[in-house]
Amino acid sequence: MTVVAAQYNRRRPWINPKIKEKLIHGFFFANGMISVLALLGIFALLTMTSIPAFREINIGSFLTGFEWNPTSYVKEQYGIVPMLVSTLMVTVGALLIAIPLGIGTAAYLSDVASPKVREIAKPIVEILAGIPSVVIGFLGIVLVGPILSKIFHTHNGLNAINGSVLLAVMALPTIISISEDALKNVPSSYEQASLALGASKWQTIARVKIPAALSGIIAACMLGMGRAVGETMTVLMATGCAPAMPKSMLGPVRTLTSSIAIELGEVAYNTTHYYALFALGLVLFLITFFINMISDIILHKYEKVNR
Amino acid sequence: MKKKSVSQAIGFGLLRFCIIVVLMILVVILYDIFSKGKEAVSWEFLSAMPRNGMTEGGILPAIVGTFLVTVITAILAIPLGMGCAIYLNEYASHGKITRLIRMSIRNLSGVPSIVYGLFGVVLFVQLMKLDTSILASGLTLGLMTLPWTITASEEALKGVPRAYREGSLALGATKWQAIRTNVLPYAIPGMLTGAILGLARAAGETAPILFTGAAFSLPFLPKSLSDQFMALPYHLYIMATQHHAIEKVRPIAYGTALVLIALIFCMNFFAVVLRYKLRKVKVE
Amino acid sequence: MKKIVIALVLILSFALCQNVCAQDMIQIKGSDTLINLVQMLSEIYMQKNPGKYIAVTGGGSGTGVAALINDKCDIANASRLMKPKEVDQAARNGVSVNRVVIAMDGLSVITNGNSPIHQLTADEIGKIFRGEITNWSDVGGPDSSITLYGRQSNSGTFVFFRDAILKGDYSQNMNRMNGNAQIVEAVKQDVSGIGYVGVGYVKAVTGLNVLKVAARAGMSYASPLSSEDVKSGKYPISRPLNQYVNGTPSGDTKAFLEFELSPEGQKIVEEEGFFPIPLEYQEFNKKVGL
Repeated sequence: MTVVAAQYNRRRPWINPKIKEKLIHGFFFANGMISVLALLGIFALLTMTSIPAFREINIGSFLTGFEWNPTSYVKEQYGIVPMLVSTLMVTVGALLIAIPLGIGTAAYLSDVASPKVREIAKPIVEILAGIPSVVIGFLGIVLVGPILSKIFHTHNGLNAINGSVLLAVMALPTIISISEDALKNVPSSYEQASLALGASKWQTIARVKIPAALSGIIAACMLGMGRAVGETMTVLMATGCAPAMPKSMLGPVRTLTSSIAIELGEVAYNTTHYYALFALGLVLFLITFFINMISDIILHKYEKVNR
Repeated sequence: MKKKSVSQAIGFGLLRFCIIVVLMILVVILYDIFSKGKEAVSWEFLSAMPRNGMTEGGILPAIVGTFLVTVITAILAIPLGMGCAIYLNEYASHGKITRLIRMSIRNLSGVPSIVYGLFGVVLFVQLMKLDTSILASGLTLGLMTLPWTITASEEALKGVPRAYREGSLALGATKWQAIRTNVLPYAIPGMLTGAILGLARAAGETAPILFTGAAFSLPFLPKSLSDQFMALPYHLYIMATQHHAIEKVRPIAYGTALVLIALIFCMNFFAVVLRYKLRKVKVE
Repeated sequence: MKKIVIALVLILSFALCQNVCAQDMIQIKGSDTLINLVQMLSEIYMQKNPGKYIAVTGGGSGTGVAALINDKCDIANASRLMKPKEVDQAARNGVSVNRVVIAMDGLSVITNGNSPIHQLTADEIGKIFRGEITNWSDVGGPDSSITLYGRQSNSGTFVFFRDAILKGDYSQNMNRMNGNAQIVEAVKQDVSGIGYVGVGYVKAVTGLNVLKVAARAGMSYASPLSSEDVKSGKYPISRPLNQYVNGTPSGDTKAFLEFELSPEGQKIVEEEGFFPIPLEYQEFNKKVGL
């Protein structure tokens, strides 16, 4: 540890130290507020750029319309229901795969694995998290697509199932690491009590630890869900992107994120179509915000229970 | 008794199955990319410009572009991230405002990448008149990486024992002096490690740069920060979906994917090595 | 630590020194149908004129037109015409649009090589893509449902095909691919698929049927592969491939346009599978001084 006192009082300060400290405090406070400003800024800009769209689009038909066709030959349509359904389909599909796998892996890592195995397994999960979405989407086209096409006898493999598999891969690391944290945070007294009462290790995990960590696990799943909903490149590349209302998991879907990514490039700035895309962005933002708030509330409750 | 051990065997078997599946996923991904990409990657691939409608030649402009935009991202995200973390960990009280800040950080990390792209188009490209450029894309990516650097820096600061601060304060230092001399030097390795990991993620992102600066093909390297640029993730995207001779350039796509993953791995590796080295120095 | 920073700075400056001045660059954006052709033209042009630089990027005609309207490119490749609304929008942004025709295209309708369908009328094609005919048996083929492959709405080919043949909206079930090449690949793999692509993309491809099209039932069927049929208009889905510029072309832009319209440029057009411009469009181009 360094001895600092003597050095500091050697020179006469050019500014009152108390004021200087206050300024520095204020500087860091401003720095801290930047994230709040950024979030508000994103929300504000999205809203301001969406509002002009609704001068021409009826907000009711926007939210409940079944057809998205902004460049129609006949009449421009701006209904987002097919996109909402598409997003829902791939997200639910992804969670059906990722939640059991994720919780199982987390339970394994926290309770069954020997420390050596854990040393190897943790970096592997982190590496998986580090793979960019565009690489996963690419593999969806070249690897997963042909396999799915063979299994399900479809014409090509670019459909909702493909999207679900890929999104599951992307959501897994989130679900695994947060669930593992939740399981670790279960007080060891729970585990010891259970074992003392004669339960096997498996019964302890399945019936004591996981229920005890449930809110943390639910929060993990919600964050994984948020990741799936917000993912762009993977679904853009691998789900076929037909704008019609999806009919089955074996058909093409077009999520909110891919629609924005596809159409933003072709749109001239400051036209109704342009503003409508920002309205889509606003819907996306609100959905992920909502998911985050719920998982926050759940985690908060969980902290309260465990105190 | 037997029922318990049978159910345990099944249960553990299920759990082992889970981790094996996860491992297999990673192995399949890496194997596919590596085996099909290594034929395309050569010194020429890494150092030459694309030729012949991008069906031949290399991906140098994409590598350089990704490098440049990541530098801008770092310039924005690292200092702001450190500053915010210092506030949260050293100065903030457990009040409503602190909760608000933390909630904002969590929400920012959950915002979809394409929404950052939209924000970047309106704010940086149009309102700030930066046009589609390295600067606009770098700022957009920097904003996206900010929650990551804040969290990593905070973890690093938390790791510095309270005694360090208290000792310094007891000797008469002001709060900032205590932080500057007794906390930061020990936290900076962790902060930098976390920052580099965040940058590794930013390097692989496509959606934020799609409309803020990435270009399909440029015949030369960018000259200034206000030029457009090619980037590795965007290059992979167009090689895989938008090129006019997709089958022909499939090997190039694999090569690009391999280079991108290798770059991210190197950055991760570098971060871990850096943390180890700096920690060693400080302990001595 | 310092050494790392210095190393990074050195690498950065080295990378930036490798480039050349960007000021003389011509920025071309737009149609995926045209991109192959224009990239080829620009490569040869750059070989013959060292020191001149052209950047060609795709994204679809809609992207190119949007870029021109936003004054972000010098030339917009478009496989369709700009709409009056778009021209007005450009004018409001201070961009006055002029059109140059550089090649002719016979937009080709393709089916899988194993499909028995080799010809259709324009009306039947329209019904198929509008989603009114959904089974191959309705047009003399096997009993299987038709898979539609088309482009995204930012594609000029998408718009042109719709305005010329469908005269209505596409079926919402059409798969929207990102480029001509993806459509070709998809139809090659799907025995009940049908798609539309620029003729330059079917030039030397096996595994596909390039359909002969009759303008109306009872008229004779013409093929897009025959330059006679395309030039004379017998093939009903022929179209001019356009480049739009801001104002009267001058300087580097004009030089490049002149190269494209020269005999050498038009020869490259033919090599890439398209057709050189007929007399009427040569006259048309003279209006902007070319």
